[in-house]
Amino acid sequence: MANLGRLARLGLTPEELEQLGEQIADIIAAVGKLAGADISHVNPTAQVGGLRNVTRPDELVAGLSADEALANAATKEAGLLRVPAIQ
Amino acid sequence: MSLLEEPISELARGLRAREFSSVELTQVALSEIEAKDGAVGAFLRTTGSAALEQARAADRHLAADPGGASTLCGIPVAYKDVLCTKGVETTAGSRILEGFVPPYSATAVLRLEAAGAVGLGKLNCDEFAMGSSNENSAFQETRNPWDLGRVPGGSSGGSAAAVAARMACATLGSDTGGSIRLPASFCGVVGVKPSYGRVSRYGLIPFASSLDQIGPLTKTVEDAAQVLEVIAGRDSRDSTSAVAPVGDLTELLRGGVEGLRLGMPGEYLAMDLDPGVRSVFDHAARELEAAGARLIPVSLPSTEYALAAYYVLAPAEVSSNLARMDGVRFGPGFASASSLTEAYEQARHRGFGPEVRRRILLGTYVLSSGYYDAYYLRAQKVRTLVAQDFERVFSEVDAVISPTAPSAAFRLGERVADPLAMYATDILTIPANLAGISGISVPAGFAAGLPVGLQVLGPHLGEGVCLRVAAAVEEAAALWRKVPAPTPHERRLA
Repeated sequence: MANLGRLARLGLTPEELEQLGEQIADIIAAVGKLAGADISHVNPTAQVGGLRNVTRPDELVAGLSADEALANAATKEAGLLRVPAIQ
Repeated sequence: MSLLEEPISELARGLRAREFSSVELTQVALSEIEAKDGAVGAFLRTTGSAALEQARAADRHLAADPGGASTLCGIPVAYKDVLCTKGVETTAGSRILEGFVPPYSATAVLRLEAAGAVGLGKLNCDEFAMGSSNENSAFQETRNPWDLGRVPGGSSGGSAAAVAARMACATLGSDTGGSIRLPASFCGVVGVKPSYGRVSRYGLIPFASSLDQIGPLTKTVEDAAQVLEVIAGRDSRDSTSAVAPVGDLTELLRGGVEGLRLGMPGEYLAMDLDPGVRSVFDHAARELEAAGARLIPVSLPSTEYALAAYYVLAPAEVSSNLARMDGVRFGPGFASASSLTEAYEQARHRGFGPEVRRRILLGTYVLSSGYYDAYYLRAQKVRTLVAQDFERVFSEVDAVISPTAPSAAFRLGERVADPLAMYATDILTIPANLAGISGISVPAGFAAGLPVGLQVLGPHLGEGVCLRVAAAVEEAAALWRKVPAPTPHERRLA
């Protein structure tokens, strides 16, 4: 669970991890039901719209301006996002 | 009687006959919200002055071109808070998006605005649309207008409650596993889950992108058809939107059910259904038969695996989609982090509630190496089986009918501590999302004073047949004019 919490970047406390861990274990046990389905000779389905290779003309289209894109950022500087250093 | 109790077609006629203006209609809606929403809690925020501005523009349009204006011109509507609205705060019911003001609007919102609809505000929902009761909103509780001690259903609970309490003529919701149909059933309104691709998802804050669809919640089936006609159709900004033309849905729903073959899925009807729900469903089915439909038993054998497949696939997509919620580009930010990883963890820990945390962890687990084949890949194959079931059944019948949910609205707090019991609420609606087909919930009756919905499922892009069957249910039930009377009540903050 601790590794899962780290991978998910949730910053959970040990108590939260313990409580969530029990619930996740129950849910995993419930979805374990899938093991009973006969899926031999079945292909996976990732999407159901039936569309394939949808493309658009390779032309520039207007998007958000830098100011619009940054408008909701809590910390920014000189037209850029400001974040703590990667360590 | 409030004008908001009238169907859209009648309001459209009144606006053109100058019996009232859109400004007057909008003022009625705003005062209904003022009077009732303290008890119901459907709206997270209202946009009164912008609404009146839009209403004035609609009145000008109606005066200049009454014949050319859309049926929705001047009609007050509202949007679930997962739909981006330019310049209006959009939170998806989550603290991590508190204060987020989108720089653009969702295509479905833009299409309603272009038709002249008047936006009243943003509606409460479960956080990132994850939930079946609306109790996962980070901001407030929404109550069922028929019984303020009960949930409105989720996740589009605010959207359903606002229509049920006659505070808006129509609302938009989103449905990933039943989030439009379930609250529609609980609140006694019509809710359409369009086929995957029928409505553009551009500007919808994503939950599970391969399952999400935007759809209308309304008082009547005809109202739903009118809203769907406006929002549906190809959008170059959503490459998964369907190319096929939408057609005249309002005309289609008048077809009646004479000669239609309606499938009665044995697996759905064998579930542990509340006796009141079962009795309403059986009565409605007999009425459909009396109106000329043929009821035919059908089998959807993979139903028993659908819920499990959904609770692998949806969380997997959640863990990926919500990775973008890191506090950097939007959200409350981070004050004291010493590294970027710590900053992400701070923002996400503060920003996400229990259900979102659960699903992100679950998704991270089923996608992690060593478990991918056993869970994610297997669930994708089961998804194929569920879709094949429906394909086969729709070669035998025109539509499938069932109850929308195993029970009517349950009490606030009843299922909060038991995630698996909450998940099982969606057992009858989830298969349609896995298969990408069309669905609708229509009020069919009452059980112990609470509304009960009937679900109609149609093939992919089969909204027309769903609406046709739903219109027949609505006609036989003859109860859409019944209105709840929420008593004034201090709204309790979550």
